Amino acid sequence: MNSQLIDRLLKTIGKANVLYSPEDLAVYSYDGTFAEGHPDVVVLPETTEQVSQVVRLAAETRTPIVPRGMGSGLAAGSVALPTGGIILCLTRMNHILEIDKENATVRVEAGVITADLQSAVEKLNFFYPPDPSSQRHSTIGGNVACNAGGPRCLKYGVTGDYVLGLTVVLADGQILRTGQKTIKDVTGYDLNGLFTGSEGTLCLVTEVLLRLVAKPRFAKTALAEYDSLVDASRTVNAILTAGIVPASLELMDQTAIACIEEAMHMGLQTDVAASLIIETDGTDEQTVLREIEAAARICQENGARSVKMARNEAERGNLWKARRSISPALARLAPNKMGEDITVPRSAIPEVVQRLRTISTNHGLPIAIFGHAGDGNLHPNILFDKRQPDQWEKAEKMVGEVFAASLAVGGTLSGEHGVGVMKRPYLEGALGPLSIEIQRKIKQALDPLNILNPGKIFPDKAQP
Amino acid sequence: MNILDTLERPSEKEYLNCIRCGLCLAVCPTYREHLNEAASPRGRVALARKGLEGELQLSPNLMEQMYGCFACMACNELCPVGIKPAELTLSMRAIQEHIQPAGWKEILFGKLIPRPVRMEAATLPLRIYERSGLRKLVYLLRVNRLLPGQLRDLEAMLPHLPQRPLRRVLPELTLARGQEKYRVGFFLGCAQSLLFAEESSASVRVLARNGCTVITPKEVECCGMPARGYGRLDLVRKQAKHNIEVFEKTGVETIVTDCATCGSTLKDYGTLLVKEPEWADRAILFSARVRDISEFLAVIPLEKPHGRVDARVTYHDPCHLRRGQNVWKQPRALLSLIDGLDFVELPEADWCCGSAGSQLISHYETSVKVMDRKLDNLASTKAQVVASGCPGCQMQLNTAVKRRGLDMRVVHPVTLLDEAYEAENE
Repeated sequence: MNSQLIDRLLKTIGKANVLYSPEDLAVYSYDGTFAEGHPDVVVLPETTEQVSQVVRLAAETRTPIVPRGMGSGLAAGSVALPTGGIILCLTRMNHILEIDKENATVRVEAGVITADLQSAVEKLNFFYPPDPSSQRHSTIGGNVACNAGGPRCLKYGVTGDYVLGLTVVLADGQILRTGQKTIKDVTGYDLNGLFTGSEGTLCLVTEVLLRLVAKPRFAKTALAEYDSLVDASRTVNAILTAGIVPASLELMDQTAIACIEEAMHMGLQTDVAASLIIETDGTDEQTVLREIEAAARICQENGARSVKMARNEAERGNLWKARRSISPALARLAPNKMGEDITVPRSAIPEVVQRLRTISTNHGLPIAIFGHAGDGNLHPNILFDKRQPDQWEKAEKMVGEVFAASLAVGGTLSGEHGVGVMKRPYLEGALGPLSIEIQRKIKQALDPLNILNPGKIFPDKAQP
Repeated sequence: MNILDTLERPSEKEYLNCIRCGLCLAVCPTYREHLNEAASPRGRVALARKGLEGELQLSPNLMEQMYGCFACMACNELCPVGIKPAELTLSMRAIQEHIQPAGWKEILFGKLIPRPVRMEAATLPLRIYERSGLRKLVYLLRVNRLLPGQLRDLEAMLPHLPQRPLRRVLPELTLARGQEKYRVGFFLGCAQSLLFAEESSASVRVLARNGCTVITPKEVECCGMPARGYGRLDLVRKQAKHNIEVFEKTGVETIVTDCATCGSTLKDYGTLLVKEPEWADRAILFSARVRDISEFLAVIPLEKPHGRVDARVTYHDPCHLRRGQNVWKQPRALLSLIDGLDFVELPEADWCCGSAGSQLISHYETSVKVMDRKLDNLASTKAQVVASGCPGCQMQLNTAVKRRGLDMRVVHPVTLLDEAYEAENE
C-alpha cells in the first residue's frame, strides 16, 4: 500500500484513529479463529460520515476494506486476506442514540457492545433477546453482519428478527438509510433482510434501529444430566413437541462439561455423558414454574439421571456463565479448535450427533459437542494441534465430513457464525451453483469494484 | 541463539493456548477506554507471543502495551483457558529489563525504595509541605487550580500527611490489651508508614484491642511490588529474602499487613523463590503466614465495637485484595459490625480504580478515564465514605473525589472499625 493513502486517511479521520505500526497491524490480524492476515492500515472512525470518507478513498484507490468490531467472529470474516487492505474497526462508534419507549425501539451505533445495549434497555423494562455467547465482547454491528443467534433465539428469534432499520455506507461511499420504526413494511425489497448476515460484503453497517420486547419478569433454569448423549438429544424433541417453548434449550456433551468443570469448579458431575440446560421465562411466575416442571418431568421420562433447578439468580447466572465459557474452555484440551455451527432440523439432532461421534472415532481426534439443541444449532468443536501436520490435515478432512453430515440430514452449514473464509469451500455443496450465481450478481450490483470484504463468503471462481 | 532463549521466559503454555475468543476484552479497563485491540489482554498476549517467537521486536511500541496494562488481573480471573494476560505483561517487562536494563530503575527500585531511611529523607519535602501549613495555604488560595492538570491530580492524591513516618513512631512491640491471645507480626508497608501513618496506627490499635501482641520489625524493606511492576524481578527476590529473614527472627506464626498490595506480593514470595532451593521452603512458609488485616480479623473472635459511626459507607475492592488474595467478603463483614454504619454496595466494586501503582504518573489520560468510571459509580451510591484497604486505591480515590468535588471521605475499612472502638469512650 502506498503511504499516500495512509497520509490521506490521517488527514481525513485524524491521527488518533489511524493505526499502522507493526504492533497495531499484528493485533488487528486475527479474530476469534486461528486465521491471521495482515492489513496495511487500521482505521477507527467515529462517525458514519468518516466511514463514508474512508470508503470513498478506498474506492478511489481500489483498496479492500475489511470491517471489524471486537473481533470475536468465528468464521474469519473480519480477517484481512493476503491482499491486505484497510481494517475498518467500528468499536469507537459506541453510542446508544435513542431509546424510544413508546414505539419500543432503540437506535444504536454499530460499535455498541451487545450486553451494554441489553443492560441499557433492561433498566427501562425492555428486552433485546438475541444473546450470542459473545454478547459481552461483540458489537451490535458484528451481530447484524453475521445475523447472530444465541440460546434465547429458540423462543425469541435471531438478530435479524429485531432489525427494523439500518444506516449503511455503500461501496461508493453513499450513505443509505433503510427501514423505520414500523413492525410491518413491504415497501419494496427487504434490504434490512438482505444486509443482515451479509458479513460486510454488501455495505458497511454504521447504525442499527432495533425492535424491543417487554422484559420477561421471571425465568427458571434447570440442569438435566444424562448417562447417554442420545437420550439427551431425544429429550429436546420430546419437550418441544409437548407444547412447551422454553426460552433456551442447550446441550453439552461430556467433553464440554469436563472442560467447564476444570475451568470454573462449579461442582458439575463430570461422569455424565451429556447435560441439558433448560430455561423458561415469561411474565407470569406460575406459568414459568409449571413449564419448567413439565420440562423436568419429560427429562426424567427420557432417561435423565438427575434434574436440578437453579435455586436463585446467582445459581442461574453461574449456569449461563458456564455455558458461555464452554467454547474458550475447550482450549484447555488442545491449542487449536475448529468450532462449527451446523444447524439441522431438530428431529435430526439424535442422528447428526451419532454421525459426529463416528467422524471423531474414525479420525481419532476429539469432537466436543454442545449448542442450542432446541433450534437444531449445534457446535461441534474439533480439537487439534495445528503445529502437527497430520492433525491439521485430519481436522480439515473432519470439517468437510461434519458439513456433509449436516447437509445429509437436511441441515445447513452455519446457523449464526456466518461463512467468512472458513466455510467458503463448502458453500456450493450447500447452496448449489444457481443460488451462488444469483448471490454473486447481488454482490456485483452493490459492490462493482469488489472492495467490501472481498474474498469472503463466496468460493473462488474456478480458473477458466 | 536467540537471546530470549537464555532468559527466564514464560513457558509456551502461558500464551500458546490463547484462542483469541475475546472474552477478556469485556473486563479490561484499558480496552474499555481505548477501544483499541492493542490495549486489550488478547492484544497483549498476541504481542507477547509474537515478541517471544521473534515475529516482532520488543520495540518501544510493543513494550508500551506491556506497561499499559494496569495489572488489575480481571482477565486472569476470567479466562476459561487459564491464560493470565496480566501476568504475561509483567513477565515481558522483566524480559525487556534483562535485555536492556534501564539505569534509573536500578537507582529507584534498587537503591531508593528498599531503603526506608532514604525514602523517609526523599519524602521529607512532602511532610514539610503539609506541616508548614503551605498545603493549607495552597488550598485556601486555590493555587492548586493553577497547576497543570496532572500535577494538580498528583497533589490531590496525598492524604493528610503524618508529622513523622510511622516507622519512626510505632513501637517494635505493642502489647495486647488485656490477655494476650495471639502474637502477630505486622508488615508496615512504605506507603502506609510514609503517607497513611494514621491508618496503620489504627490497624495496630485494633489488633491490640482484640488480644494481639503486635511485633513490627523496623528493618523490613519494600515488599517488592514497585520493582516487579517495572520488570526488576531480581530486586523483588532480594527484597523478599531480606523480609523473610527479618520475620523469621521474630518467631511469629502470622504476619498481618493492612496494605492490599504488600499482602498480595508477600503471599507470592513462595512462587517467586520456588527455583532457589535454599529459599523455596522458607518462602512458601513465609507466604503461608501472611494475612490481610481484614482476613485475619475475620477468623479471630472479634469484640463488637460499642461506639457508632453514623455514615453511609461504600467499599471499593482493591485488585490486589479481591483478585490478588480472594479477600472481599471479609472487609464487608468488618463494616457490618459497626453500629450506625449504613452500607451500600458500590456498582462494579471490583473494577480497577485506575491507580495500578503509578499509572496516574505514567499513563495519566487512561488512568483518569478509568477513574471517571469509578467516580460515576461512587457518585451513584450517595455515600459519605468510601472504604478501601489499599494505599494506591486510596490515593487514586482521593484524587477522584477532589476532581469531581464529591463530599466523600476515603478511608481504610479498619480505620472505621478503630473509630467505632474509639467512639466508645465518648
